[in-house]
Amino acid sequence: MRLREDEVRGGDVMSDARVIPFNPDDRGRERAAARAGAPETGLTDAVREAIGARGRVLDRKAAGALAFLRRRISGDYEVDEFGCDPDLADNVLLAPFRPLYNTWFRVETRGLENIPEGAGLVVGNHSGTIPLDAIMTMLALRDHHPEQRRLRPLGADLVFGLPFVGEYARKAGATLACGPDAERMLTSGELVGVWPEGYKGIGKPFSERYKLQRFGRGGFVAAALKTGAPIIPTAIVGAEETYPVLGNSRTLARVLGVPYVPLTPTFPWLGALGLVPLPSKWFIEFGRPIPTDQYPEGAADDPALVFDLADQVREVIQQTLYRLLMQRRSVFT
Amino acid sequence: MGRVVLVTGVARHLGSALVRELNDAPDVDRVIGVDVVAPRSDLGRAEFVRADIRNPIIAKVIGAAEVDTVVHLSVTSGPPGTGGRAAMKELNVIGTMQLLAACQKAPSLRRLVVKSSTAVYGASPGDPAMFTEGTQPKVAPRSGFAKDAAEVEAYVRGFVRRRSDVDTTVLRFANIIGAGIDSPVTGLFGLPVVPTILGYDARLQFVHPTDALAVLRRAATEAHRGTYNVAGDGILLLSQAARRAGKPTLPVAGLAAKVAGQFLRRGGLNLSPELISLLTHGRAVDTTKLKTEFGYTPTYSTAAAFEEFLAEVSPGPGLGLVTTLVNRAGSANE
Repeated sequence: MRLREDEVRGGDVMSDARVIPFNPDDRGRERAAARAGAPETGLTDAVREAIGARGRVLDRKAAGALAFLRRRISGDYEVDEFGCDPDLADNVLLAPFRPLYNTWFRVETRGLENIPEGAGLVVGNHSGTIPLDAIMTMLALRDHHPEQRRLRPLGADLVFGLPFVGEYARKAGATLACGPDAERMLTSGELVGVWPEGYKGIGKPFSERYKLQRFGRGGFVAAALKTGAPIIPTAIVGAEETYPVLGNSRTLARVLGVPYVPLTPTFPWLGALGLVPLPSKWFIEFGRPIPTDQYPEGAADDPALVFDLADQVREVIQQTLYRLLMQRRSVFT
Repeated sequence: MGRVVLVTGVARHLGSALVRELNDAPDVDRVIGVDVVAPRSDLGRAEFVRADIRNPIIAKVIGAAEVDTVVHLSVTSGPPGTGGRAAMKELNVIGTMQLLAACQKAPSLRRLVVKSSTAVYGASPGDPAMFTEGTQPKVAPRSGFAKDAAEVEAYVRGFVRRRSDVDTTVLRFANIIGAGIDSPVTGLFGLPVVPTILGYDARLQFVHPTDALAVLRRAATEAHRGTYNVAGDGILLLSQAARRAGKPTLPVAGLAAKVAGQFLRRGGLNLSPELISLLTHGRAVDTTKLKTEFGYTPTYSTAAAFEEFLAEVSPGPGLGLVTTLVNRAGSANE
């Protein structure tokens, strides 16, 4: 059964659990936790002092982890209609990618101030055989934007058909790349992420790195036009070099029913070790928003306008990519 | 002159509850309940006609009583009595055809309400997160109750074309969950261990019987043409629902579940292919049209309906100990 006393007593612990990763200078609460803990554990003040701040931090982490565990076991968390589970996404799903973001790729973000309040459509270039670029963009906005924005990526239907991948993609906040879902999210003020090159972009050979592929049918532009949400052209540099695709095993891809099977310098030759991405240096630049609310009603049904806007977005991203590449000293530093 | 309402499928919980509601409705003169078996509960002042809607006798009942409203509730997801899938299809599809044929010939008829299901949308990874009434399913349901419901709706569309003077309402209900409701989904949470599909976590939506009844009553007594989704707000994930029920989950590989389903059916558990596809891909519907056009906002959210349902079934023993331990550790830490 659900835990009734939780709602009365657990409130403080819950908020504690949530602020741990983001709010290191939380002194008041820390002291309160120490005070409450002292009589129960039976530690004297001297011992407690000896353990010091480190002990108190561990104490707080343990309390947070337990509160999290309790919520998970009792099912006492909210999931939105797309299947996004923020509690799980922040505490578990995104966690393993944080070291990758901070120390492996050393991602530098620019233009975070260009992210509008409320709804917006982040449109990025896609590369690197597995969508690490989408995950890094999510982290950039979640951990480094002052408002801790949650990016809601749109994924191909293949993603949601795959066991585990589809499940966790939804829980992390993704949904199917289709008009109704994009519009529903934008209407409710979400920040939606889309990589319109799709498989053509993410699976392209290394020789074509940083050359934007065709932008699908421009469905993302139509969704933005219908909802009046601004488009934020986003350039991601570094993802191309994580898994340089030298070849593509078409036969294997056909057998497995997937769009491509990449052959990289390390994969599949080194087996599981080949899955380790190269430690390229990353840049993510959010460009100035392109407004879409000045067009008349029904503009989304004008294919010429949709293609024009898609081209404009594509051009901005391509130019930004060239500029960032010029500024980059080397692939890895 | 007052109204005469005929309700099919009154032997089941929802049907008999609707009949009792209509008994008390001021503008309803006469209520006639029809089913193949006698209802378990008392129908009050309503008349019960033991008839099979597959039999042309239904036309005589409608004609003789000058029925002006037909509420068709007997399209069911549970296997009727002892019969298997064939009997269920027979009752759902052929029964509806006969009923609609009788309705078409009845000059007194003014209103038709058909209880359908959100199962008509199917469940696949290629579908949008929320189905609206106009969404075409990516993969049309190919078997079981979902296919029946889709076929029933097709016949109803045909009826609407031929009798455009009749106010026809099609109500697509999400899984109704509550005491006395016997469906594959309520059965699932009655098990000691809730089976889930390995690698998937379905989004589920529930309707509380109170809301289902209120919508049916309004549809039977007011004119609401068209098709409406009926579901509680929000969703629950299958794993989350199982945790709230305090039951452990048993992840089963999709293919194994299909094979096991064949054997388990004899053991009373109906793990049909359509239930498996629901448990794999999940399904959620948009209820904006119900709220704005039909004018009804469900009082129970999906989570609240589920909580009510849990209060009525016995809690599972499975996770009790773990919950207690975590709780104790938690309070020690605070």
